[in-house]
Amino acid sequence: MTEPQTEYDAIVIGAGMSGLACAIRLGMFDKKVALIEKHSVPGGLNSYFQRVKKDKEGNRVGIRKFDVGLHALTNFAKKGEKNKPLLKILKQLRLRYDSLEIQEQSYSQVLFNEKVLKFTNDIEFLVAQVKEVFSEEGERFEKLVKFVEEFDDTSLEFEFTSTKNELKKQGFSNEFIECLLCPLLFYGSSWENDIDLQQFVILFKSIFMEGFARPYGGVRTLINPLVEKLKDNNVDVRFKTAVKKIIKENNKVSGVELEDGTVLKTNQVYSSVGLPETESLLMKEKSKVGNLTFVECLYVFEKKIDREVNDSTISFFNYADRFNYECPKTPTDFRSGVFCIPDNYEKVESEEGMIRITFIANYDHWNKFSEKEYLAEKEKVKEQGLKLIKKLCPQDNRELLYTDIFTPKTITKFTSHKGGTVYGSPLKKRDGLTETKDLYVIGTDQGYLGIVGSLLSGITMANIYGLKGGL
Amino acid sequence: MTNEEVRSEVLNIIADIAPDEDLGGIQDSISLRDQLDLDSMDFLDIVMELRKRHKIEVPQEDYPRLDTLGGCVEYLQPKFQ
Repeated sequence: MTEPQTEYDAIVIGAGMSGLACAIRLGMFDKKVALIEKHSVPGGLNSYFQRVKKDKEGNRVGIRKFDVGLHALTNFAKKGEKNKPLLKILKQLRLRYDSLEIQEQSYSQVLFNEKVLKFTNDIEFLVAQVKEVFSEEGERFEKLVKFVEEFDDTSLEFEFTSTKNELKKQGFSNEFIECLLCPLLFYGSSWENDIDLQQFVILFKSIFMEGFARPYGGVRTLINPLVEKLKDNNVDVRFKTAVKKIIKENNKVSGVELEDGTVLKTNQVYSSVGLPETESLLMKEKSKVGNLTFVECLYVFEKKIDREVNDSTISFFNYADRFNYECPKTPTDFRSGVFCIPDNYEKVESEEGMIRITFIANYDHWNKFSEKEYLAEKEKVKEQGLKLIKKLCPQDNRELLYTDIFTPKTITKFTSHKGGTVYGSPLKKRDGLTETKDLYVIGTDQGYLGIVGSLLSGITMANIYGLKGGL
Repeated sequence: MTNEEVRSEVLNIIADIAPDEDLGGIQDSISLRDQLDLDSMDFLDIVMELRKRHKIEVPQEDYPRLDTLGGCVEYLQPKFQ
């Protein structure tokens, strides 16, 4: 360990969405901030990557750009609307709405065995769908929309309240509850087969009431200006730098030690690596690591999908008797998942077409695989995904050019999330406070989800603890 | 600074905080929140920008005085000296 260097007002660990937003906000008001990122590019779970594009003879003909996690930007809002999370975060980060070139979805759907429930960025459409598909639930669902609108989802207290119990109490059938929860659990639950009620309300609004969109150009369109903001606000950004340890004195944060032994002194630490992961940086292990991880296969086709073949943007499917949102006994559970066709946003930059398919996976299985088993399971994922494409797009005869798969191990490698979790630990710290003074949890385990939620998390925590001086 | 200069400086700050808002028709005597999509986080930004750009401190109990553009001018003009 070398002698401590440089004193910061704040060190932010992780340049994912929450870390980027937190560092920008603190830097904007002249705090001396360092942003430490293990990986070589920003974005965390919503990062991007590229692969060499080859022709049939194997000659390099260019590159293909991919987003790691982006299916949709939730919380769609139109320019000029009032009190919308998307517009709030843009303002706090001083970004113009038009800079994101937001493209709306066509529609999305829940494919629940034989039932099909469609939804768009207009809640009235979903209300009408519920009346048509689950006629006996129609009135109850209208009441549920009111319940969601009136629910105070800003509480900083966290105590798990079961959404399933609440929905049963309201009189909904089990089948309807599972069908309705399917998209919400896939896009943000760290609990098996359920979700905390406040989280449910946040997701219900962001997915069913505000809806899905995508920046033209993908996640880079959002990340690039954020990186510019870091520069403008003099944030000291260090990529390819891992934090080994958070240092405290008398239970107050005093610095971080990097992998190479360098010690950076600081008054505050904002950690976006997750609650159990932050605890391990403090050399203690306590909180429960989440059980839910995913495997995703990206298929690149010669051209965009013919909308006559399939014009949906995202399909959440379940073909099991019951919807099992839980760690599977097998390495991968192929019975349910998410089927995303990014081509079906209004306008997409790529000439080629893409389909992204996500399944729930078992981290331990994937982690213990030998190299051979690992490759075999990846092949199986690809094949099962292709079967699903045949099922959902039977007339699709485009040529498949390329596939890329990320697994629970990939997630852990690039995000440091234990257990390959995407939505973090079941324990949330809504107020961001930890047992260590001046150490705050931001991002997923602070309880906000999705791109907009994560940005909002970083902004809120920076505002409260960095700029206003506490709750 | 004259009242007019203070007014335009406050508008400059709001323009930077809320780049998508059209500030052309802002009325001095109507609450800014009723004319623009501003919330408490944005008011914190106005206060922080005043500190950053003009070394003006606005204690929390005085935040209500920033409710309208006219109120801002009246409250801030002496502080700009």
